[in-house]
Amino acid sequence: MWNRNHEAMPREKLARLQFLRLKQTLEAVYQLVPHYQKIFREIGAEPGDIRSLADLARLPFTIKDDLRNNYPYGLFTDGLNEVVRIHSSSGTTGLPTVVGYTRHDLEIWAELMARALSGAGAVRDSVVHIAYGYGLFTGGLGVHYGAEKIGATVVPISGGQTRRQVRMMKDLGTTLLACTPSYALNIAETMEEMQIDPGELQLKSGLFGAEPWSDNMRRVIEKKLQISAFDIYGLSEVMGPGVAYECPAKEGLHLAEDHFIAEIIDPASDEVLPEGATGELVITTITKEALPVVRYRTHDITSLTREPCPCGRTHLRMAKVSGRTDDMLIIRGVNVFPSQVESILLNIGATEPHYQLVVDREGALDTLEIRVELTEQMFSDKVKGLEGLEKLIRDEISNLLGISTAVKLVEPKTIPRSEGKAERVIDRRKLR
Amino acid sequence: MVKQISIFLENKCGRMIRVSEVLGEAGINIRALSIADTSDFGILRLIVDQPEKACSVLREKGFMASVTEVIALEVPDVPGGLAKALSPLEEAGINIEYLYAFVQKRTADALILVRVENINAALQVLQENDIPVISSERIYSL
Repeated sequence: MWNRNHEAMPREKLARLQFLRLKQTLEAVYQLVPHYQKIFREIGAEPGDIRSLADLARLPFTIKDDLRNNYPYGLFTDGLNEVVRIHSSSGTTGLPTVVGYTRHDLEIWAELMARALSGAGAVRDSVVHIAYGYGLFTGGLGVHYGAEKIGATVVPISGGQTRRQVRMMKDLGTTLLACTPSYALNIAETMEEMQIDPGELQLKSGLFGAEPWSDNMRRVIEKKLQISAFDIYGLSEVMGPGVAYECPAKEGLHLAEDHFIAEIIDPASDEVLPEGATGELVITTITKEALPVVRYRTHDITSLTREPCPCGRTHLRMAKVSGRTDDMLIIRGVNVFPSQVESILLNIGATEPHYQLVVDREGALDTLEIRVELTEQMFSDKVKGLEGLEKLIRDEISNLLGISTAVKLVEPKTIPRSEGKAERVIDRRKLR
Repeated sequence: MVKQISIFLENKCGRMIRVSEVLGEAGINIRALSIADTSDFGILRLIVDQPEKACSVLREKGFMASVTEVIALEVPDVPGGLAKALSPLEEAGINIEYLYAFVQKRTADALILVRVENINAALQVLQENDIPVISSERIYSL
């Protein structure tokens, strides 16, 4: 454990710390950010009216559009005076948003990344290969400063040139790989193509995040790279990677409650849901200086538990993110997450999760086609065998989701590979 | 037993040509071929002179290819020739998954390539009934 005093803080003490820090944050945004002043005025309240952690639920949400509408610096507490760093979200789901950090914000970010890396086994002697993109994306630099804080040796390779990455990992004695899970698979496949056995590397663990991935995908990555794979969670609007991270128990991700307050809401009714219920994660930052956010809607679907964890950390655990409310496809009225399709494909066993969902509309009816790349294990030289496989996938999806789909087997490597995030869905309905 | 290459092909332009180019560039000669197709994919089955090499160059070029063992039979190129060769298999309850034929340049006999579920049982039945099975060496060097 990187910081036992904080990571294993007794829960009563943690709650007092959270409330104290929440009060400071609310005072700051009320004094300094016109957007939040307006919000308090609209509900006829002042920060002093928030008298407990539960009162937080009285405040309205902050949404991504609030960041966009105040682009670029409108939600910053003090303009750029104390800001030493800017990051920006990828803009894949719309206009970019800009986030800023004071020196103190960066220190805390490095601290939380050091906790996450320690959870995944990183120590001073580790060689940490960072294949997250460097630049405006928070992945690369976020992990970078955490690994340096631990005193590990950092290889800031960023994304791309996968063959070169494999060679460097082998030559430099990399012990920990940090990248997106889809890129980890890409690396594993490249290693196979180069006929390099993972046993020839020193690699022991991987810290994978920035996109939802299933436990099945974890097993595939662990088997192919012969490592222990850890999940990490974060988002730039709240901080970046390191908001929550897995400990060796791997029974959920510890969310750094000394710096954030987490809630789960019903995305449809906006109501706060009880502990254990699955819904949308909402986060309030309580130590951020440059850009605090109050009740930020993450769009990530998960659940929370405060049950004690065998690892000794007391911070609550969130389940692996199972999807995004904005990735959610509504097909003929049924909610479908790409991650559900992924787990079906992996449960069938012989598949690797290279797939793409193509949604279209014929007349008034939505259609879903699932393209699945054929692998060696799945291949049969008989038409009957391949048609049987297509039918099996169709039936499993129909059983789980109750919708009929078309399954199309495609040749290897024909679904675009990602250096960063995977494009799992093509929704043609939006184009019409 | 003869090694056959099976290749998965999506039904789109140029894939067959690409297979033949890849094999041509590697100096591999196609002896026989057959294709089984549905509306959205096909399985191309090839007999070539260097099956292992063919499979690995195709995989390198991104094709899904595998090696399957099939039986090569020589049957007289006369009416009823095929039935005579296959009826012992049927009588022994050996299911034929698929077969295809080609005519040789130099002899009057036709060659049949047969894919069965239980290849060893099939070979035994054929031997017991004196149906000539052709060696892989002869097929590859046709």
